[in-house]
Amino acid sequence: MAAGVATWLPFARAAAVGWLPLAKKTMPRPPVDKKSRSDEILFVNVSGQRFQTWKNTLDRYPDTLLGSSEKEFFYNEDTQEYFFDRDPEMFRHILNFYRTGKLHYPRHECIQAFDEELAFYGIIPEIIGDCCMEEYRDRKKENQERLAEDNEAGEGGDAPLPPNSTSREKLWRAFENPHTSTMALVFYYVTGFFIAVSVIANVVETVPCRPIIGTVKDLPCGMKYSLAFFCMDTACVLIFTFEYLMRLFAAPSRCMFARSVMSVIDVVAIMPYYIGLVMPENEDVSGAFVTLRVFRVFRIFKFSRHSAGLRILGYTLKSCASELGFLLFSLTMAIIIFATVMFYAEKGTKGTTFTSIPASFWYTIVTMTTLGYGDMVPNTIAGKIFGSICSLSGVLVIALPVPVIVSNFSRIYHQNQRADKMRAQQKVRLARIRLAKKGCTNAFLQYKDDGGLQDHDSGSTALCVKNRSAFEHQHNHLLHCLEKTTNHEFTDELTYSEVCMTESLGYRTSRSTSLSSHHGSSTTCCPRRAKRRPIRLANSTVSVSRGSMQELDTLHVQKTTVVPQSRSSLNARTEDLKLNCDDRDFTAAIISIPTPPANTPDESLPTSPAFPGILRNSRSTTFNPDTVKISSL
Amino acid sequence: MLNLDGLEMIAVLVVMGLFIKVLEQFGLFEPVGGEDSIEDDFELSTVCHRPEGLDKLQEQSKFTKKELQVLYRGFKNECPSGVVNEETFKLIYSQFFPQGDSSTYAHFLFEAFDTNKNGSVSFEDFVAGLNIILRGSINDRLNWAFNLYDLNKDGCITKEEMLDIMKSIYDMMGNYTYPCMQDDAPREHVENFFQKMDRNKDGVVTIDEFIESCQKDENIMQSMQLFENVI
Repeated sequence: MAAGVATWLPFARAAAVGWLPLAKKTMPRPPVDKKSRSDEILFVNVSGQRFQTWKNTLDRYPDTLLGSSEKEFFYNEDTQEYFFDRDPEMFRHILNFYRTGKLHYPRHECIQAFDEELAFYGIIPEIIGDCCMEEYRDRKKENQERLAEDNEAGEGGDAPLPPNSTSREKLWRAFENPHTSTMALVFYYVTGFFIAVSVIANVVETVPCRPIIGTVKDLPCGMKYSLAFFCMDTACVLIFTFEYLMRLFAAPSRCMFARSVMSVIDVVAIMPYYIGLVMPENEDVSGAFVTLRVFRVFRIFKFSRHSAGLRILGYTLKSCASELGFLLFSLTMAIIIFATVMFYAEKGTKGTTFTSIPASFWYTIVTMTTLGYGDMVPNTIAGKIFGSICSLSGVLVIALPVPVIVSNFSRIYHQNQRADKMRAQQKVRLARIRLAKKGCTNAFLQYKDDGGLQDHDSGSTALCVKNRSAFEHQHNHLLHCLEKTTNHEFTDELTYSEVCMTESLGYRTSRSTSLSSHHGSSTTCCPRRAKRRPIRLANSTVSVSRGSMQELDTLHVQKTTVVPQSRSSLNARTEDLKLNCDDRDFTAAIISIPTPPANTPDESLPTSPAFPGILRNSRSTTFNPDTVKISSL
Repeated sequence: MLNLDGLEMIAVLVVMGLFIKVLEQFGLFEPVGGEDSIEDDFELSTVCHRPEGLDKLQEQSKFTKKELQVLYRGFKNECPSGVVNEETFKLIYSQFFPQGDSSTYAHFLFEAFDTNKNGSVSFEDFVAGLNIILRGSINDRLNWAFNLYDLNKDGCITKEEMLDIMKSIYDMMGNYTYPCMQDDAPREHVENFFQKMDRNKDGVVTIDEFIESCQKDENIMQSMQLFENVI
């Protein structure tokens, strides 16, 4: 019900007096309104901006936050107002919805922000008024497309393969993203070259060459050097067949691949050759054979794998199918009308070229598209008049749907550009995220170094520890609890990688047997830069995240940007660290923290004295030596 | 005169038509009777009406100031121009009875509220009507109800008028009722009513008969008190 209508309910109830004398049965008792009937003004404070409204206004929509008792959660007793810590600009629109019954979408606002506000206030977006609904829908669709692209760009493309992918997956990836490996790139260029060669050969073989000595007639080159062309054709077809079979083998879903456009083009490109091989050389069939040779030109479409622009064009045409359909339909209508008129106008003329209406179609098309070959020309006055009208209208009819197609193309093209840009920035973005994550972990390690985890009763805690916010304290306490729960400790990746490297030689076999049951991916981990921490015993639990492996890989690269801090003594305690505290400025941002590399669980192992020596030379950041416990060196 | 074939004639006519259109575009050729079209655009489309002062309305009715304020706010919100026309009235009323067709009854109600018969209900009419219904005596209310039923306002209710009213009320119920709505339910109800109300069995119910019969009926008297606290 519309907003104001609720205020007319008293009137409708009053008008029910008209039924009373006619009533067959007695009337029920009216509901008793326990609350006070007088309307009151409510104060709503949104981030400092105070709004005032009648209570009745808000009560119009009882299934929203402001209309129900849910707003009592936000009531501030001290100031006698409802306080919301949200955007006051958006609240204006929300409140107007209550007042006028129509929700408007502000054009300058971000669609996601608006959606979030609506969700918070319990208003469903479907009730946006007609005036703003179109805009809202368009922006929402655009946003969703963009998000879908981001997801695709994120998960597809250039992310490194999980190490346990089969050769089939690797092959598929090589085909889809040629620049991931050099082999794929080589293959990409080779196929491209052969496509070009094949197309050029098709073209050149029809060019007339100098005749063979002894004959007079010009021969097409295809006939003269038929063997050479045949060999070239065979080679190309072999390459294409090989490529197609490889793709078919590598495709994750063979059915879907076989139905995709590109595979159809591939098949159409190579089929004529094979059919030509099996076809006998008699004259009847070779007519059809000639037709088949035409299909060889479809090889040029194989270039669309190599060119994004072609794909965009194809996609545009597909998405503009309705506009193209309209164009075609209107043109057809116009052609038929004008052809009929021209035919009857020119019927009387002797020796006219307008022999039938279908014959006039040709004239109409040529005139409407302003080609004007001049092979068919009207002679009568009526014919000339209608012919000129025909050419004028042709320009109009063709010009109308074209801007729609152009705008579609432009939109898709820009989307593509944006996707490319996102992909290019992907690496930078991921690296930044990893750096922040690492910063978080390092902050915790630093906190431990500073003795934050120890008892705070003594007054000797470092100033830098005290100055950390309550949030950091609590967060670090939480991480400490996790450490205690799993009986492992957090450490940084450099330490971990060092340890792993030294351990890898002796413990790879034992590790693989113990780990294969857990993760089944141990065989590929060690060749990578970040090695898995060796496991001392078969029954010890190791919690290593696969994800951290690749991140560690990149993190190591980022490490070089960190200013190396040389530690005088690894076993320094809190006291010595006081001076170095303020050099750290790791931001303890809460991004999802990667599961830290596993430490050995057994705390009974002593810190090997030889071990710190190795680490001292290669480490570039501080760490707590207690965290590094290796079984043995 | 000119030796033109049919088609050539058509062609020439088409050309002439296009020529005239072009001249019109340039303003050199005004078709006959086109001068009125310009002024029509400036006609005022909305009529604005302001009610009497709050004090005056308070004198005229038995509502308190606050009640009048609440009433006016709702009224103004739905009808910013200050008057309700029949279409809006029907629309508002139909929102309360979504199942059936309340347009006929809303029409009758509109007639009852529109005391000066000018096709629109202003806020004063609105308040006056509500004043009678909600703050008037039982007799006043009965009078108002009688006025509602008496469609041609001639002082007596005929069976046809009553039938119209009854049908409109039954229309508001819609199709899906339990028990199923019989076609002659309104007529039967009217017969019932006339049997009760028509004292002298002359086929019409006058205002005195109506009030007398209603005063005798306990149910009706009791139910008249029901809607007192609506505002």
